[in-house]
Amino acid sequence: MSLCDAEKTFILHGVAENFRSDGRDREGYRPIEIETDIVQHAFGSARLRLANTDILVAVKIEVDTPLPERPFEGKIEFFVDCSANATPDFEGRGGETLAIELSNILASAYKSPKTFNLKKLCILKGKKCWKLYVDILILECGGNLFDAVSLAVKAALFNTKVPLIKSVNIDGDNVELDVSDNVFDCERLDVTNAPVMVTVCKIGDNCVVDPNLAEEQCSVGSIVVAISQEYFSTVTSIGIGSLHAQTLCSSLELGQKVGIRLNEALMDTLSHITSDQDFGFLK
Amino acid sequence: MSQKIHIRTASASSRVRPLATTEKSYKIFTPGEVVIKEANTNFVRGHGTYEENGDLKASVAGVKEQVNKLISVRPLKSRYNGQVGEVLVGRISEVQQKRWKVDTNSRLDSVLMLSSVNLPGGELRRRSVEDQHMMRQYLQEGDLISAEVQSIFSDGSLSLHTRSLRYGKLGQGLLIKVFPSLVKKSKIHFHNLPFGVSLILGNNGYIWISPPTDNTDDNVGGFVQNLEEVISKDIREAMGRVRNCILALAENKMMLFDTSIVFAYEESLKYSVAELLLPEAMVDVALLTQHRLSMLDDYEFE
Repeated sequence: MSLCDAEKTFILHGVAENFRSDGRDREGYRPIEIETDIVQHAFGSARLRLANTDILVAVKIEVDTPLPERPFEGKIEFFVDCSANATPDFEGRGGETLAIELSNILASAYKSPKTFNLKKLCILKGKKCWKLYVDILILECGGNLFDAVSLAVKAALFNTKVPLIKSVNIDGDNVELDVSDNVFDCERLDVTNAPVMVTVCKIGDNCVVDPNLAEEQCSVGSIVVAISQEYFSTVTSIGIGSLHAQTLCSSLELGQKVGIRLNEALMDTLSHITSDQDFGFLK
Repeated sequence: MSQKIHIRTASASSRVRPLATTEKSYKIFTPGEVVIKEANTNFVRGHGTYEENGDLKASVAGVKEQVNKLISVRPLKSRYNGQVGEVLVGRISEVQQKRWKVDTNSRLDSVLMLSSVNLPGGELRRRSVEDQHMMRQYLQEGDLISAEVQSIFSDGSLSLHTRSLRYGKLGQGLLIKVFPSLVKKSKIHFHNLPFGVSLILGNNGYIWISPPTDNTDDNVGGFVQNLEEVISKDIREAMGRVRNCILALAENKMMLFDTSIVFAYEESLKYSVAELLLPEAMVDVALLTQHRLSMLDDYEFE
């Protein structure tokens, strides 16, 4: 989709006026819909819809050996799949660069032990640990992909149940794990500090959050900040274009402010999810 | 100033939205369903149907329409099927030799020939080789136009024309997309709504919302855009409200025409523009609009 100059002018003036085309102000966020536990075969899953952006995340768990330099830590890996259903641009290898960019940002946002404690995933020092595979499927693109993906990942991790290990038998180099027979015997992951990402888009002289597709086209440059509680875990710029130092500071501030609010809203919603909800796309 | 961020949980039961109630309910046929049993001689097969074992079956999901012997099934969701004379809004996707390709939400890109536009500078001008070289200066990729269907090619693609002062390049404003079947066909598709917004309801489901146009000095054939003009906050707010109202109506599968949009606008005034993005508000506005429409005497449910 490409916009004509007049449409861009309209959006630009709207942002300057602090009244965007759908009535939001610059800090306004569109309503989000979230659903957890919808993939039955996964250890944890979530689906998130932000206007037209649709993300499905599933978490799988496997037993692995820890890295030699980090014997006390488990592993986490992100994989993004841009479905060609989302936009025709993703056909073939089209979505690959975006997918790699997304998974790299997620990996760096979750790297710090202060955001997500991988030590909890260690089973036996240097021998066995859990490895989380976070699979992200982009079903529809309606702008603001980074924020939506990070929220969906956090919700899916919140929903993840790690099987409980009753005992570990060591026989020489052989390690045997005795997993609890009861399927419901499991542990939840602690995601209170898991980061949420906020894309701050510079349009004209002002910065906005949660841009839609049309607004993304008008942006001269944008940065993605990952906020864990109130701290930054990652800051990157996406797309072409550069930011003035002063703009950068103000957009970081805006990102932090919105990130904190977003995190609060998400945690509040997640804590109210009851386990007896019906689920599924169609019913 | 800062708005609250709404994150809701969704479950299968809450996703089925309450449809704005209509007095009549229609049977919806699914593809493969028998529309008429043993329709050998008495009926003629129309769009959206096929014959199998003597029965007439639906090939799309939609409602049955009957004109005498002709049976057709009209789908809710479909690409735009053009008819001669309909007004559309489209986006230029390609500039070619003597023609522009236009995205009009139909199966194939539509064509706007250089010979079917009014070029700036007069009616009776021969379109010369220079005009062909200048084509990108009149309309370039991404530009929005309003046009009328002139004819339909044999492969089903549409040929458009803008040979009237009403049609041409669109200026500042915003475009929204809905299902083409939701736009009610009428004589007038250019509306100046009472609250300072003008609207083009394209038959192809593209709706253009713009600040009010003064029809007096509109004599250039529509090839200029005023990029300097800053639209005032009031008009901007009205435009945003109209946008959200139309999306609320479309979300609840209600027909879009001037009356329904004006009613929705009036009913939505208790919400702020941004609040209209919330699903509850959208359903509420649609229900209230439906209610008011049903009070009109001459209103027929379609």
